[in-house]
Amino acid sequence: MLRRLKLPPLLLAVLALSGCQYDVLNPSGWVALEQRNLLIISTLLMLIVIIPVLIMSVYFPWKYRARREDQSDYDPEFEHSTSLEVVIWGVPILIVAALGVYTYIYTHRLDPYKPIEHLAAEDTIEVQAVSLDWKWLFIYPQYGVASVNELAIPANRQIEFKLSSSTVMNTLSIPALGGMVYSMAGMQTKLHLVADHEGIYQGRSAHYSGPGFSQMTFETKAMSDADFEAWVASAKGAESPLTRASYLELEAPTIDAPVSYYSDVEDGLFQRIVGLCVQDGKVCMGDMMMQDMQGGGGLEGLGNGAAYEYDRYRRIDGFGNPIPFDPASEGESHGHGHDDMSMNEDNKTAHPSDAAKEYAQNGY
Amino acid sequence: MATDAVQPAEVWTPFFGRLTLDWIPYHEPILVGTFGAIVLGGLVLLAILTKYRLWVPLWKDWITTIDHKKIGIMYMILGFIMFVRGFADALMMRAQQAMAAGGAEGYLPPHHFDQVFTAHGVIMIFFVAMAFVTGIMNYVMPAQIGARDVAFPFLNNFSFWMTVAGALLVNISLFVGEFARVGWLAFPPLSGSDYSTGPGMDYYLWSLQIAGVGTTLSGINLVATIFKMRAPGMKLFDMPVFTWTTLCTNVLIVAAFPVLTATLALLTLDRYLGTHFFTNDMGGNAMMYVNLIWIWGHPEVYILIIPIFGVFSEIVSTFSGKPLFGYKTMVWATACIMVLSFVVWLHHFFTMGSGANVNTFFGITTMIIAVPTGVKIFNWLFTMYKGRVRFEVPMLWTVGFLVTFTIGGMTGVLLAVPPVDFQLHNTLFLIAHFHNVIIGGVVFGVMAAVTFWWPKAFGFKLDDRWGKRSFWFWCIGFYFAFMPLYALGLMGVTRRMNAYMDSAWQIYFVIAAFGAGLIALGIASTFIGFFVSIKNRKALACGPDPWNGRTLEWAMQSPPAPYNFPQEVHVRGRDEWWRMKQEGFQWSEIYEPIHMPKNTASGVLIAAFALVLGFAMVWYIWWLAIVSFFACLAIGIAHTFNYNRDYWIPESDIAKQEQKGALA
Repeated sequence: MLRRLKLPPLLLAVLALSGCQYDVLNPSGWVALEQRNLLIISTLLMLIVIIPVLIMSVYFPWKYRARREDQSDYDPEFEHSTSLEVVIWGVPILIVAALGVYTYIYTHRLDPYKPIEHLAAEDTIEVQAVSLDWKWLFIYPQYGVASVNELAIPANRQIEFKLSSSTVMNTLSIPALGGMVYSMAGMQTKLHLVADHEGIYQGRSAHYSGPGFSQMTFETKAMSDADFEAWVASAKGAESPLTRASYLELEAPTIDAPVSYYSDVEDGLFQRIVGLCVQDGKVCMGDMMMQDMQGGGGLEGLGNGAAYEYDRYRRIDGFGNPIPFDPASEGESHGHGHDDMSMNEDNKTAHPSDAAKEYAQNGY
Repeated sequence: MATDAVQPAEVWTPFFGRLTLDWIPYHEPILVGTFGAIVLGGLVLLAILTKYRLWVPLWKDWITTIDHKKIGIMYMILGFIMFVRGFADALMMRAQQAMAAGGAEGYLPPHHFDQVFTAHGVIMIFFVAMAFVTGIMNYVMPAQIGARDVAFPFLNNFSFWMTVAGALLVNISLFVGEFARVGWLAFPPLSGSDYSTGPGMDYYLWSLQIAGVGTTLSGINLVATIFKMRAPGMKLFDMPVFTWTTLCTNVLIVAAFPVLTATLALLTLDRYLGTHFFTNDMGGNAMMYVNLIWIWGHPEVYILIIPIFGVFSEIVSTFSGKPLFGYKTMVWATACIMVLSFVVWLHHFFTMGSGANVNTFFGITTMIIAVPTGVKIFNWLFTMYKGRVRFEVPMLWTVGFLVTFTIGGMTGVLLAVPPVDFQLHNTLFLIAHFHNVIIGGVVFGVMAAVTFWWPKAFGFKLDDRWGKRSFWFWCIGFYFAFMPLYALGLMGVTRRMNAYMDSAWQIYFVIAAFGAGLIALGIASTFIGFFVSIKNRKALACGPDPWNGRTLEWAMQSPPAPYNFPQEVHVRGRDEWWRMKQEGFQWSEIYEPIHMPKNTASGVLIAAFALVLGFAMVWYIWWLAIVSFFACLAIGIAHTFNYNRDYWIPESDIAKQEQKGALA
């Protein structure tokens, strides 16, 4: 019944009049549809109390204005009424109780970690989505291909996203298909979505992540199974494999990166991304935790710090330019295993005086 | 290379730390213009102060004052000044987003835009809303409980100047260096030392820490005042509702602000000493920061709104000529909100991937808060019921509040439903929601409070016409500015974008910018109203009780004498002043000397060195940090040896003062 719930006519009129896509109210995926329905149920439930309150807020001060003709109803002692108190506590409690029941049911049904109940599990497409600075990498482990800033999916099939990030926090958001989940470095989160019909839906990062955030968008292309197979085949034809080395190149900060494709994704790359150990010589997070469980590296381990360090090789300035990190200048003896991470030969921050000049000229 | 521009090189010299000339933004016309305007304004101010020989009175009567009323007024002045700054940021954002559609870049590059939205949030919450509510509580609460001052008058002065020091540090970042580009809550790893290089993030940390000292101490002070300084006979359940809300707010401050201090201290350690609390590597966990900051952050929004609930309670009952409906319900509802505000923090990040059970728990606790809040709204409505409602300006703001806040409350409950929040989180719907409750609640409440208590503070009413203009511009402007944002949120438009491709959104942003323009007129009307009223103060002069008030602050003279009440008041119940008036109360003409605290310069001096300490830490000027730290310590210790802290006001002075008041 709930699935057939229609938008209030007024809202529909607004939708028809405007040229805009109200993705949240007029969605294209089952998850978003359910979320929309709950939005409407909750709104209607609350209107039971909101509408009388709004009317009273205007009516009471007008009705009981000091300049009214008949003031016989003025009662300067009226300050308590048990029956009124029962109503003003009771009605909100009942509404919140009803809303609580819906919340419980829907929150469990629409748990983003849970597969979508009515879709066949064996048809699920897995997508490993990594938020990089400032672009999205989508890896398709079942097909061994990957794309940047373009998400192709077959319509009517469950998409299981595994999310992670290379540096800072982001959110994968495709409003037409359903709610968002954070992507965080060193961690994996999950999200299940489906597109109910073919089409192009806008997606983006919805959590502010730095200078290139506004351009961190992608198109979600929901297509037929055949078209999807063709898309995979053309990605395969890109002939640029996604290896650990090429991933590290891709990871360098860029703003408004073009769509690109990768054939042949190296095995276990996503696990290494999540473990912060794509680079040679880095200890993966899982191993670090195991070592910690076993008592850690002790005093002998002090010199091995570089194998566990991650963030400082990815330093950026306020404009999104990488700042090369030279461990030698920090007085660390261990330089192995982390070759120069700055991918830009022409990195201007390497020359302080030039940088200052550049800064002055650009007028930022 | 992400962009052509780069940040000044990282250099460090012993004397200037990492501060170099490259960090002075003389290439930015907007900033140079602002700087020029401030310098010009400052020079004019200096000239006026010198011409009218106001330097000594300014120092003696205001800067070093420990009078809770003057400190309250200074908090309001700070609030209004910072409001102009924060609102300028808002206008810049609205203009940028109205322009930057479909490939256009607008006039603010991300580097600048990101600082603007961060500064807007930080300033509006910490230095506008907090300053306003602290100012109102400081001014009104001691008077409502029949006290002569707060429990710790020196601490009050010190707290105020620490808040000013924090505010100054934020504003210094405009012209020396930059501000943070991280959003108002500065989530790591983005706010960590590697992804936020440069001094901006450090300005954020040190200004909030310095101001936070002031806020925490002020909270302790006001809690102690309510518990220890009430007039004889005043039981807790005889206190006016505004005093109750002040109590709940300050309990929240005392409980929540240490969490903020600790969280920011951990982030400071990450940034300065290379610890790994919130980094990606070495076992750090940024999710911990997000939890900690919201454990402070959610109570914080109630710290802002609860005193405003008190303001509206006083206004509604005064202008309806009736006692507040359901006083006890109101008190218990406030207490419920106070406690519940600590068990809802996770609703700010349902999308982080907690399980369905956790999300359900926090969703439902959040909705439960709507119950006591709804009860309050009903209480105000039924206070008007069978009353005599006078449509003075404070009452206009109240009706505007009831309508606007109710709508904001509804959208808040929508966001509390986790699956709905998955769609609306971080969209402009969220932005519209919290502006709906903060503008419709806190700002309308502050404007109402200013109009309501202004005659008490200065002895004359505010100009009616400009007050009404301000209300209508604000109210209509609000709906123009934020209803389009709700619509954009329902299209899935994300917050904090400095540009967007879909040009169909542009018209909504243009309407929002128009609304912001109306609000600007509202703010202008407020200031013109102040100016006009001060000019016509003779004509607008009113007695000590212009609104036919119910609580004790209306028993004081307007403006009140330094000692507030010539004799001790004995309280027998709620709405004591109303009862006293009905009994034909007159002050006795037999006075006794009154014991009062003396002004001191220690507070402003410590705060000045705290500001220097903050600046030195931001720029890694270690020698200056050490010097200013020990200076703070030394002044603090020296202050404890100052035994000349109090004085007696003789009977003759009181008699003279009371006579003057009676004539006015």
